Amino acid sequence: MTGLLEVEALTIGFGTAPPVVSDVSFCVNAGETLALVGESGSGKTLTCRSALRILPAAAQIRSGTLRFAGREGAVDLLKAPERQLRDIRGNRIAMIFQEPMRSLSPLHRLGNQVAEVLHLHRNMGRAEAKRRVLEQFEKVGFVEPERAFRSYPFEMSGGMRQRAMIAMAMVAKPELLIADEPTTALDVTTQAQVLGLINTLQAETGMAVILVTHDLGVVANMAQRVVVMNKGRVMEAGSAKDVLGAPAHGYTAKLFAAAPVIPEVATPAPKLEYDDVIFDLRNVTKTYTLKAGGWRKPVQVTACRDVDLQLPRGKTLAVVGESGSGKTTCARVALGAERPDPGGEVLFRASPDAPPIPVHDMTPAQRTAFQRQAQMVFQDPYSSLSPRMRVLEAMVEPMEIHNIGTRNDRREKAAEMLRMVGLNPDMLRRYPHAFSGGQRQRLSIARALTLDPQLLICDEPTSALDVSVQDQILTLLEDIRDRAGLSYFFISHDLAVVARIADEVAVMRAGVIVEQAPPDTLFYNPQHPYTKALIAAQPEPDLARPIDLDLVARGAGAPTSWPEMFRFDGAAAPDLTELEPGHRVRCHA
Amino acid sequence: MIILRYAVFRTITMLLTLFVVSILVFVIINLPPGDYLSNQIAELRATGQAEGVAKAEFLRREYALDRPVWEQYFIWVGMLPGPNGFSGLLQGDFGWSFEFDRPVGEIVGDALWLTVLVNLAAVLFVYAVALPLGVLAAAKSETWVDYTAGFIGYLGLATPNFLLALILFYYGNKYFDLPIGGLMAPELEGAPMSWEKVRSILLHLIVPTFVIGTSGAAAMMQRLRANMLDELSKPYVETAKAKGLSPRRALTKYPLRMAFNPFVADIGNLLPAMVSGSVLVSVVLGLQTIGPSLLTALKSQDQFLAAFILMFVALLTLIGTMISDILLVLLDPRIRYGERGQ
Repeated sequence: MTGLLEVEALTIGFGTAPPVVSDVSFCVNAGETLALVGESGSGKTLTCRSALRILPAAAQIRSGTLRFAGREGAVDLLKAPERQLRDIRGNRIAMIFQEPMRSLSPLHRLGNQVAEVLHLHRNMGRAEAKRRVLEQFEKVGFVEPERAFRSYPFEMSGGMRQRAMIAMAMVAKPELLIADEPTTALDVTTQAQVLGLINTLQAETGMAVILVTHDLGVVANMAQRVVVMNKGRVMEAGSAKDVLGAPAHGYTAKLFAAAPVIPEVATPAPKLEYDDVIFDLRNVTKTYTLKAGGWRKPVQVTACRDVDLQLPRGKTLAVVGESGSGKTTCARVALGAERPDPGGEVLFRASPDAPPIPVHDMTPAQRTAFQRQAQMVFQDPYSSLSPRMRVLEAMVEPMEIHNIGTRNDRREKAAEMLRMVGLNPDMLRRYPHAFSGGQRQRLSIARALTLDPQLLICDEPTSALDVSVQDQILTLLEDIRDRAGLSYFFISHDLAVVARIADEVAVMRAGVIVEQAPPDTLFYNPQHPYTKALIAAQPEPDLARPIDLDLVARGAGAPTSWPEMFRFDGAAAPDLTELEPGHRVRCHA
Repeated sequence: MIILRYAVFRTITMLLTLFVVSILVFVIINLPPGDYLSNQIAELRATGQAEGVAKAEFLRREYALDRPVWEQYFIWVGMLPGPNGFSGLLQGDFGWSFEFDRPVGEIVGDALWLTVLVNLAAVLFVYAVALPLGVLAAAKSETWVDYTAGFIGYLGLATPNFLLALILFYYGNKYFDLPIGGLMAPELEGAPMSWEKVRSILLHLIVPTFVIGTSGAAAMMQRLRANMLDELSKPYVETAKAKGLSPRRALTKYPLRMAFNPFVADIGNLLPAMVSGSVLVSVVLGLQTIGPSLLTALKSQDQFLAAFILMFVALLTLIGTMISDILLVLLDPRIRYGERGQ
């Protein structure tokens, strides 16, 4: 049997530079899923895009063949004339992109954008195309297809947009679907549902799928065969069972070791001690008023409600939740960037014997001191360092602002901090663009440490990084915490990342904490349906443990769809109840 | 429905803005010490022409220039009774031009409509030229098409308008027998509207449109090109390609729609820029627009004339922004349904 798509000795390069994809060969059979795995810069995206020849203008395909043997005969996709290729795009081979937010035109209705495929390739009239699109919308899980047809992309959530993208790709019943990191931009519960959807659709239509991903957990849940790429070359290829069961190549093994997993836990953790609390959020609620233009009534949105969190000195408190759960608002309130609604307060205690200071009512002197003692590490290391400042300038700036030390002291401190985060002090004279993502994140951690803070607030510090780099940064953060006795307030959407570093986890959903416990307790005995969904949705790089979609569906919906005991609507949420020592769940007791 | 409500809302805010503008205009015109008449009286006294002084004094009282500025303002607007009862902008009385010794309404009269006509033609010209050139330059960026369009654009930006006017007049007249100067044949001025007159006006419009519109078109083209280039690198363009759309359709359906927003939003800025930019051109070309009168009025502190013209330009601007705002709402569902997404 010959494959549906045979890639042979594909080499792609930019200008005169050495190739970024070299000598890549693999084959996809009809009806199967092939996963193309690799970190950023591995060339996996260029490889899959070359099948439709939608590459950046500067990229040149230097050699190789891409033989597509569909129902209508075999074609070499690299040599086919543009017109013939246009007939294949969206028709025989369809593609889903990474960012559903930006991959749909914001100015056209979803129905229009999806039906266009049928107008193009099936010569359908409006009415027939609409009927087919509505059918497809129903298949991808839109409850009200008619409404989705009339909607604009900005009216939908990320998951819904990605469903629309899938509908667009599937509506012409392609033989091959190329999915380029289709779930990377989505929340983990949404990711599980979208992956499940792709699986179902594939089983129904018998199409082949090329799934591009960096996540071995996704691979284990989706693929029959795996191609691992690194730096433009194929490292290892084979059946999912072989590659995931017994990785032969060192690189694959490294990826495995770095992949964050939710640990199997034998016993719950002991209750965390709260005798020396460095940071205390009491009863924090934050309501925003959205101003509508014209005469419309302003709308009140409660971003977080009744948040009570205590961080013991030297420990890590993690807040986990999906986008829109209110976790970032919590952090902003905690740092004093936003004022909580009346009744809430945030207390900071610089040392065990110091009096607690309310973060939102500080004297200017107290504020300056607080700004030294609490520092922040941001999510995106690419935009949180000024591209026009040398590393040295960025590192000494906080000390200049706070008037600490002489020029030489500052310089020495900067060099010391670089050594502390595992970088070479020689790098002080360089600009940030000379560093990789992981190195930049080390730089921003080093910068946060120059003032010898007590408390570090980390807002998704690893979610913009590759898994192997993420692993290194987490190790570094743990190491620094233990050496310098820091306390971390850690914000993440990824339960597996948090599993490693946190002493206490608060799971947030719809603006409230739904469950709170040390991570081991949480994994040993999750109580809340949403926590269970989060744990179930985490893709594990293990073929024996596929995602339990039912469990995800039960907890991932709106709070009104939860089982009786946990259900609430709007502001009428039940209280947090302590079920066992140190384990609190929001339920009707 | 949403559109209608928005249009009503915008009209109300526009009227409020116009009110504020009228205060500003009046205050600024009154900032320099003295007024046209007091200057004249001083001059007449110096030369000993007593009967002239009497007339000027009469006019000062007649137009309430002897009262405090705030009273003058309300009388001018028509919200307070002047020496002859309510008679201001609201009642359609635009005041008296001391320089020309005639009512303002009579002086500007036709010039108002000709101004609107000339500038509307220029705006249409700007859009008609900038749209295809800008899109083409972006679609074929960094090829000879782009470079040629860019070169023509810079030429248009860099050539002084009046120089362009003189050149065009010379060659237009030599090769195409186009008329020189004015907005209609002299014998038709003041004549009632007729086909003959319309034809004459259209013929006379060609060169001024070109002259006034060129630099605007060049700037607009560069902006559109830059917007298009930004849009072309967005992922949704890739989606369109991956669907199998032809390059031309993928260009016109998606990125062009997006790049259109700033294009439309510019209408409001374009109108006043052209009115004030065309003053010099009007003088050079001998166009009977309000430009030349504004220049004289400002020079001689002829306050009612100047204030009226400034108010008129402000009105044009406000109408322009209102049109572009309403068009934006029509064009962009994100503005229209923004709140539905929450």
